[in-house]
Formats: sequence, structure tokens, C-alpha cells
Amino acid sequence: MLYFSKLRIIFITLFSVLFILIASSNLFKFDDSFFNKKINLGLDLQGGSYLLLEIDNKPVIEKKLQNLTTIIRNYFKEKNIKINNIKIEKQNIFFNVTEKDKQSILDVFRDENSDLNPYYPRFKSHQLEIEDTGLNLKVNFSKQGLIKLKTSSQDQAIEIVRRRVDEVGTNEPNILKRGNNRILVELPGLDDPMRIKSLLGKTANLTFRFVTNDENDRFGIEKLKFENDLDEATVSKRIIISGENLLDAQPKMDTQVNQTVVTFTLDRVGAKRFGKATSTGIGKQLAIVLDGKIISAPVVRDTIASGSGQISGGFTFQSATDLALLLRSGALPAPLEIIEERTVGPDLGQDSINAGMIALAIGFVLVIIFMLVKYKIFGLITNITLIVNLFILLGVLTLFEATLTLPGIAGIILTVGMAVDANVLIFERIKEELKDETNNILAFDGGYTKSRTAILDANITTLLAAIILFFMGSGPVKGFAVTLGVGIFTTLFSVYFIARLFTSVYVARNKDKEKLI
Amino acid sequence: MISFNKYYNHFNLLSTILIISSLLLLILKGLNFGIDFKGGTLIELRATDSKINVSSLRDRFKQMDLGDVSVKKFGNDKDFLVKFENKDNKNNIIEEIKSNLDNSFGNTYDFRRVENVGPKVSAELLKSGVIAITLSLALMLIYIWIRFEWQFSLGAILALFHDVIVTLGVFSLFSLEINLSIIAAVLTIVGYSMNDTVVIFDRVRENLRKYSDIKIFELTNISINETLSRTIITSATTLLALLAIYFFGGEILKGFSLAMILGVIFGTYSSIYIANTILVRLKVSQKTILKDDDQK
Repeated sequence: MLYFSKLRIIFITLFSVLFILIASSNLFKFDDSFFNKKINLGLDLQGGSYLLLEIDNKPVIEKKLQNLTTIIRNYFKEKNIKINNIKIEKQNIFFNVTEKDKQSILDVFRDENSDLNPYYPRFKSHQLEIEDTGLNLKVNFSKQGLIKLKTSSQDQAIEIVRRRVDEVGTNEPNILKRGNNRILVELPGLDDPMRIKSLLGKTANLTFRFVTNDENDRFGIEKLKFENDLDEATVSKRIIISGENLLDAQPKMDTQVNQTVVTFTLDRVGAKRFGKATSTGIGKQLAIVLDGKIISAPVVRDTIASGSGQISGGFTFQSATDLALLLRSGALPAPLEIIEERTVGPDLGQDSINAGMIALAIGFVLVIIFMLVKYKIFGLITNITLIVNLFILLGVLTLFEATLTLPGIAGIILTVGMAVDANVLIFERIKEELKDETNNILAFDGGYTKSRTAILDANITTLLAAIILFFMGSGPVKGFAVTLGVGIFTTLFSVYFIARLFTSVYVARNKDKEKLI
Repeated sequence: MISFNKYYNHFNLLSTILIISSLLLLILKGLNFGIDFKGGTLIELRATDSKINVSSLRDRFKQMDLGDVSVKKFGNDKDFLVKFENKDNKNNIIEEIKSNLDNSFGNTYDFRRVENVGPKVSAELLKSGVIAITLSLALMLIYIWIRFEWQFSLGAILALFHDVIVTLGVFSLFSLEINLSIIAAVLTIVGYSMNDTVVIFDRVRENLRKYSDIKIFELTNISINETLSRTIITSATTLLALLAIYFFGGEILKGFSLAMILGVIFGTYSSIYIANTILVRLKVSQKTILKDDDQK
């Protein structure tokens, strides 16, 4: 027990020095491609914004069902199977069938090679479920079908969110999926997320449609409000061009009328359709509709064949810039709702760092003084171990590029307080052994072996708590779990290797001393 | 040697009273949940002008028709914490408040922190908090079951429940806010309290093997005394670290460190006066552990 081989001593020294170096690398800025790992500061320390967005999939599901009714109708029409009265109610499709066709319809839906109802062999499930309710059949999305639909709208949405955030140009945004209907956006260094919030809150669904008074329009009509919420116009549901046809959009100052407009360029399909519509519709009003509201409805004066045009609507330069940005980055598949927001200003972050560091320093000094007074030379050993332990802890966090949060700093301070526990358990045990053991070395050995189970138990219990926190906790609290958990391992290492090395050297040199501890 | 065992009955009575009153408080008064668990909006505001104070802020916010708004000082005279429910979860509420405050105070304040938690998220956070605490208690139970005989497990778990319930009772009594970091504190308390109990139990078991003629009543007292200096030193250094966080770590960590301080005190107390008295009441003897040893 007392004996440490040279190799082991070298290993312990090198290991400690290495981690001290790694930990100190956080303090200096050096452009080194060899080692450029650093502890990340959490949003609560560096300032920034955390937004959790939830995708409202209801419109997506409804749109999908709407399409499906057409597909189902056409599919069976082709096969000369009669289905009647197809309609959507509460996210279910209902239709009537005749007794003789019923079985073949059910078979089509339940066939694993069905081209109407895709089958996912991995989940042993179809996209759609059909329920046999007499001569009125009910079709809706299966659990897997719904999951597929949600993940695909999440994939689209995260792409659009990323584009919009990138266009605003914040530094190192972090955009992640959460579950199958949420998106997490972390924006370090941003203390006023207002603009991004308003950009993400818009679906940006743009359509160009004619204003009509023809009640018999075969595509249907709807009444839409203007942006000012006061005026209304009746607009055809027939879409001439939509946001998907846009190649580019830019804000521009129109010097003729002295107002800001958004200019756009259309792709080939869009340009063709726009040209055709404007040639046949001269004199008609063309409504520009964004997210169900009319921005403006200019009268068509000329055929526009060039595939470019401009939108006016009483914009300020800022709102024109934002609209252009939204149009460039594309429409979201579904509306997003911000369900959680946490924003910390940079100066509060700095204050938190300062307070955390002061608390760490004071806590550290208090513990060091206490141990020195209580244990003298063994206190000194504990303290040296404690300092090295702190460096190794920071080094490990650096290596993993862990995120340090304010509760994380609290976890480090707490580790300092609890790290002495193992050494205390050992020293107290040595003291007890010395009561009936005159040989210092044997007492030292006994102290280490007999305290082992207690130390192990003590650390495992804390580790269990830290593991649960890591998996259940969110954001800052996770940072606490990380420092607390890593702290347990570094503490055990420093107690059993570093502190024991020092103690064994001291005991070996003072093997005949009375009152060793 | 200190005769801890002389007061076993007294402190058992005290603990029973503490647990019952804490439970009553939790049931009747409940906990003061922060926006993490209740949903709502929180704004930390720093003023550079002395005309911004609690009452002038309260007046302003009252006029904005935000429902129940709480305005409090936060640590010093220029920092304030504003909380309200934000029932409709309006996204642009912060902007509205800012323009409203600009009208009356001009540019003499700054939003240092804004948190907005929707009702769905807060319900989820509360659920995962409860799961986390339950799970940690269950894991500790399993761990101690593997390591010790059932009498010990029961003692340790009762001590744990005591610590968690009484700490939450204190939070209820003083209407201290429960937020995410308090859950972290409670979990750490669970770990710490277990740690403390296990160290004493380890010694009790060792002594049970060593001495066949000493009654458990005496034996627990010997074990407590043998581990006493470790108990004191570890609690002391942990408390020193926590006090440093409480006094110097800033306002945000105050609740967390207070919960931990309470937990460490209750945890140390319960290891001595709850965990051990259970062993006494269940008449644990050398046979209890020898039977188990034989089976193994």
C-alpha cells in the first residue's frame, strides 16, 4: 500500500500536469490548431437567448387529409369502384361504400404492397388506418403515419428556421430538434430576440390571387382582411403564383412614388403563369396575400412577362427587409409557437460569472483554512489534492468542451466542499487504527482499506443523484449535474492517487513518529 | 463519548412533529411555484434612475392589464423582479411592456433577464421534476437494498423522506420559490443525506460483527461517536462552500444554496436521529447481519 513505483509516480505527475495545462488553456487566448478546446459558457453566463418552438401540425394534417380525399376518390374511380359522400370530420375521412365493393376497398388499404396506403415494414404499420364501420368507412392516420408526417414537417421547419436565423446573422446559433414537433433555438450573445421572434412567428405563406366578385368561381372564393384589419376583399381561392415560385426577393426604395417596396424575381414556371394571368386579367385587381391577410391589391395595368415585379404596401424599410427575408427563406410548413423563452443580457451573464468566481474563491479559501487548522500537515496534503482536483475537473470539462452554467459553478464549489470527505474518512480511520496499532505504516494501510467501502458508497449515492439530474434536468441544471458528476471521478482519482502518494511519502519518512496525525 | 442515544425518543418525537407539520403545510398552504412550474413571464430589471422603485413599477404594470403582477426588489435597490401570469402566452408582450415603460421612465432601465414559460412546458417541467425526485429516491432504495439488510434500508429511506419533506416544508412555510434549481438541490440533498447515513451504517454493521454482547441501543451510539468527527468535518466544509455560494454567488443561486444548506443540516441530523433509531426500534442485532452473511 505504501509503495508507489517510480512509473506510477511519473504517471500521476504527468497526468496532473497535463490537466493543469489543459485547464489553464482556458485563461489564455492562443491560436493553436494543436489544442483549441475550451469550456463553453452557457447562455446564462455569456448572455443570449433560448427559444423553444412548437410546430402546430394541425393545418398540415388537415391539408394532407384534404389531398388524400382527392387521391382516394380518383384512385377508386379509376378502378370503377364506387365510393360516395367522401368528407373530412375531426381529422378523419369518411366515405360510403356499397356492400359488394366493401371488401375490395378494405383489401386495398390493408395490402402491404398497396400503392394507395404506404406500408412501413420497420414499424409493421400502414400510413393510414381504416376502420370498418358498416357501409360508412373511416380512414385516418395511423400512429406511425402521424409520426412520419410530424417528423417530415419538423425537418422542413428546422431548415426554414435555420435559413431565417442565418439571414439575420447572429453568431453561432444552435438549432436542434426536440421530440418530433419542437425546435430548440439557442442564440448566444443576443440580448434582444424580438426581431428573430417576430420572424419565426410568421409562416410566410405568400400567394397572388385575383380579387373577384364572381360568386360562381369554380375554385371557390373567400373573404380576406387587409393588413390594417379594417378593409375586406373577396378573393378567389385559385392561386396564380405562390412563394414557392420566388427565386429572390429584396427590399428597394422606389424613387418614383417615394416608398419602400419589395422586389421579387420569379422562376420559369412562375414567370410564365404570372405573364399569362396578367395578360388575361388587365384591369382586374391582383391580391397579394401573406398568411391569410392581403398586403395590397394593385390593379393589373400591363402584361408582366419579365418574371419580376414589386410588392408595395406601405412598408417601412425594416418591414420591407423582413418581408424580403421571409420570402427568400421560404414558407414554414406549419405555424410555430414560442412555448419557452429565456433571455439573459450580457452584463447579467458577466455579473453571474464574477459572483460565481468570488463564491468559488471564498468557498475554496474557507475550506482550505478549515482543513489546515483541523489536520495540520494532513490538511496541507488535502489542500494540495483539492487544488489539483479542481484543475483536473476543469481540465476534463475542457476536454469534453462541456458547457459551464451558473449552477455548474455551484456544482464545482459544492465539489470542493464534499471532496474533502474521502480524505477525512481515511484520516479519521487512520487515527482510529493508531489507537491500538503502534506501527504507523500498518495503521496507514488499515485506514485506507477499511474506509474504502464507506467512500465508495458515499460517492455512488451522489453519482446516482447526478446521473438522474443529467437525464431529467434541462439547460443550466444539466450543467450542475455535469460538474457534480465529473467532480466525483476527479475527486476519487486525486484522493487515491495524489493524496495517497503524498501521505505515503510523509508516513514513510515519519514511521516512528508518535501521534502521526 | 457523547450520549446521543439518551435523546433518541425526544428527537423521534420532534421529527414526527416536523414531518407532520411539513406535510400539513404542503397540503394546506402548498408550495410557491415559480414560472418554471406554473408558467408565466419573469423580467429582471435594472434601473439607473431612483424614480424607478417597487411602487412606481407596480403602478405602471397595473395599468398594463397583465393580471396579477408581482414586483419585488432583487438583491439591491436598483434591481427588480417582475412576474406575471401571461395567460394568453402573447409573444410580443415584452415589446409592449418595453414601450409602455419607455413612455414613463425613458431610457433609465434595462431588462437584464426575460423568461417566458408556456403552460405546456411548465406542466412538463413539473412532471419531469417529480419523476426525477421519485426516481432518485427509488434508485437510492435499490442501492441500499443491495448493500444492506432491509432494516437499514428502511432507516435510510425514512431519513431521506424526512430530509426532503422537511426541506420542502420550510420552503412552504416561508413561501420561498420553487424553481428548476430547487429540484437540483433536492436531488443533491438526497445524495448527500444518503451518503451521510451510509457512512454511519457501515460502521454500525462493522461493529455488529465485532461485538456480540453490545445491545443495538448502545452500539449505534458507539458508531455515531466513532464517525462523529468525519460527520462534523464533512458537514462543515460542505456548509462553508454553500455559505460562500449563498452570500457571494449572486441572487440567482440564493434559493438553490439555501435549500442545500437546509438539506445538509437536516441530512446530518436525520442520519443520527432517524436512521439509527429505526435500527434500534427494529431490534437489529448481530443475528440480523450474520443471517444475511450466511446466505451470501
